[in-house]
Amino acid sequence: MTDPNTASDSPAPVSVSAAPTDARIELAIEPGEWQRVSPKYIVVDVVGWLIFGGIMTAASFTPYWIGWSLGWILPVAFGTIFLLVIAFTPRRVRAIGYALRDDDLLFRRGILFQRFVAVPYGRMQLVDISRGPVARLLGLAELKFVTAAASSGVLIPGLPLERAEQLRDHLVAVAETRRAGL
Amino acid sequence: MSDELSRAKDATATDFADGEWHRLHRATPLFRGGLTLLIIIGVIVANFRERLIEAFIPGSSEFAPDDPFFDYIIGENLILQAAAAVLGLLLLIVAGFWLSWRFHSFRITDQVVEVRSGILFRTNRKGRLDRIQGINIVRPFIPRLFGAAKLEISVAGNDANVPLQYLTGKQADALRRDILLLASGARRDAAGGSAPAAAAGDADPSAAGADSAAIPPGTPLTLASGILDQRVNEFLAPELDPSLVEPESVVHMDPGRLIGSTVLGGPAIVFVLLTAGLITGIAMTGEVALVVGFIPAMLGIGGFLVSRITRSLRYSIAATPDGVRVGFGLLSTTNETLPPGRIHSVKVSQPLLWRPFGWWQIAVNRASRSSAQGAGGQAQTTILPVGNADDVRTVLRLLLPAGVTDDSMPMIDLGLTGSGDEGGFVPSPRRARPLRWFSVKRNATALTPELLMLRSGAIWRALTLVPYPRIQSVAVTQGPIERALRLGAIQVHTVAGPITANLGALDRDHAVSFFEHASGRAIAAAERDTSHRWGATAQSEPVAQPHENAAPDGTQ
Repeated sequence: MTDPNTASDSPAPVSVSAAPTDARIELAIEPGEWQRVSPKYIVVDVVGWLIFGGIMTAASFTPYWIGWSLGWILPVAFGTIFLLVIAFTPRRVRAIGYALRDDDLLFRRGILFQRFVAVPYGRMQLVDISRGPVARLLGLAELKFVTAAASSGVLIPGLPLERAEQLRDHLVAVAETRRAGL
Repeated sequence: MSDELSRAKDATATDFADGEWHRLHRATPLFRGGLTLLIIIGVIVANFRERLIEAFIPGSSEFAPDDPFFDYIIGENLILQAAAAVLGLLLLIVAGFWLSWRFHSFRITDQVVEVRSGILFRTNRKGRLDRIQGINIVRPFIPRLFGAAKLEISVAGNDANVPLQYLTGKQADALRRDILLLASGARRDAAGGSAPAAAAGDADPSAAGADSAAIPPGTPLTLASGILDQRVNEFLAPELDPSLVEPESVVHMDPGRLIGSTVLGGPAIVFVLLTAGLITGIAMTGEVALVVGFIPAMLGIGGFLVSRITRSLRYSIAATPDGVRVGFGLLSTTNETLPPGRIHSVKVSQPLLWRPFGWWQIAVNRASRSSAQGAGGQAQTTILPVGNADDVRTVLRLLLPAGVTDDSMPMIDLGLTGSGDEGGFVPSPRRARPLRWFSVKRNATALTPELLMLRSGAIWRALTLVPYPRIQSVAVTQGPIERALRLGAIQVHTVAGPITANLGALDRDHAVSFFEHASGRAIAAAERDTSHRWGATAQSEPVAQPHENAAPDGTQ
């Protein structure tokens, strides 16, 4: 899928200045309101994909080893796909954004498959902060906003730890004032 | 043993909701585990029958005793000891049962319902009353014969139920009434007057008449009097407390329609296809033994179909002040009360083969999972197994009283059978045809003052309704194909259940505007929603009327 806007979009992927002819989804909020995740998260994401991609590519050698002469196609294909995924990581990470609006948390991610979620603060059931090994080395954490609906799926990765904790406390405080039932 | 335990009262009073500890029905252990014991005893007796007869009346049996164990006992003259051992074991089991009954107690305070049980491993379960998602009275067949019922209080969460098993039927009814009163937030004493002892006993047989055709009144059982008579009355009584509801179920389940809908439903078609495949298989190979391979599948599907019919035969649904009451079941009955605001989304759908008959079914998403099963073995999410358009309207009115009114009824009708942009529905644009071949005009959204509607399907028609206060979050998404067509998809997130309120292939701009309107209204509605204490609102102030104009939203 070719994206007509890729070139012009790359300096500020989180923006509303898209031309009206653009078929992408943009919400009517100020560009400055979107907060990005730390660029260091690119490293976390790349390391994750490298490990996963490495294992998958290595595993895909199996048909070749057990004697299928055309089996080399598989690891080449896998390797290419994973390298492409990794090459787009910076772009993908820049596309992750969140905005704290008056009554809800807005979250976006994805370039090819765009997804915007709006979760009212009062719907919060709990906030989770978790840190993987690579993220911990870089001082990052990810924040998960859990509602009663499993499909809400708001997971903000690549937040500096202080920011994540501050955000969590803020969200809990705001949720407390807007407590709603289920 | 704690003092509280010894102070726990036996469950003989009907006023349980006084904050004291109470015990359950005395026969509880018998129903929960004792039946297995009886079966084991039965098996032993059946196996040793010849032996016993031989032992007491020598020469009466022609079977030669050839059991070394039994021979040993008789030979060594250990009959007395053996009998003592058996008796001791039985006593031990009975004592265990009795202890487990002693230790199993519950209490209902103004805030929580609490159950504790277990002799060695104590468990204590508390459910908050304002989190109650439903109260279910289940009467499994055998306990039902003894007039016992299980009360299950569903709290939000997976298997987060507080079961009280078993109580007598009367107690269960009274307890349900009291718990709902407490949970509603209404004043206990204020409500006391409206809940007289009418709940006790004499269920109106005339009200039962409509539903009780399954067991004709001329049953020999009615010849007995007293307790037996009362049991039979309970057995035949409708699953609705006459003091609290209009006595008649608002939907009458027609057996012909039920059978027809089952025959034309998905599983039945699989059944027919399987049979056809089997017959052709046999015809082609001449191998009759093929039947054996199909027997398990056939039995499974056949059982499912039969249970679907029998469970739904005495279906009833009615409004009570504390929510909708839905009853199912012929031999084992379940009867669930869903307080207002506990229904997170509603889906009205119509399988293709039901279309000529105008039948629909209604399913809901709820925050709790009941262990008991509803219609036809499905989880208790099917609220109306089958009904015509009138039934659908009636049931929707009960399920979503705020959203489904005379004003919005034309919208509902359009949602069920309409197409195009009539009445405020915004359908997919023409360019969505590659993604929605036939249903491009059906695929539409609408926002009414109280409800969000997603209409879809030209062949398998469906209408999903989500009340704003129950929306957890809203998402708008776009994949590459949708981007090429300048389309978008929306997802309305509610608690997990059989319904996913998603709709794809919408105009991009419309999807974004829908996303913003829906999330804005969800926030506003959640703020003024007080349904977790539904009784309190009813008393203090009239239910908040929508302040948006009643006309379907034209801004989308």
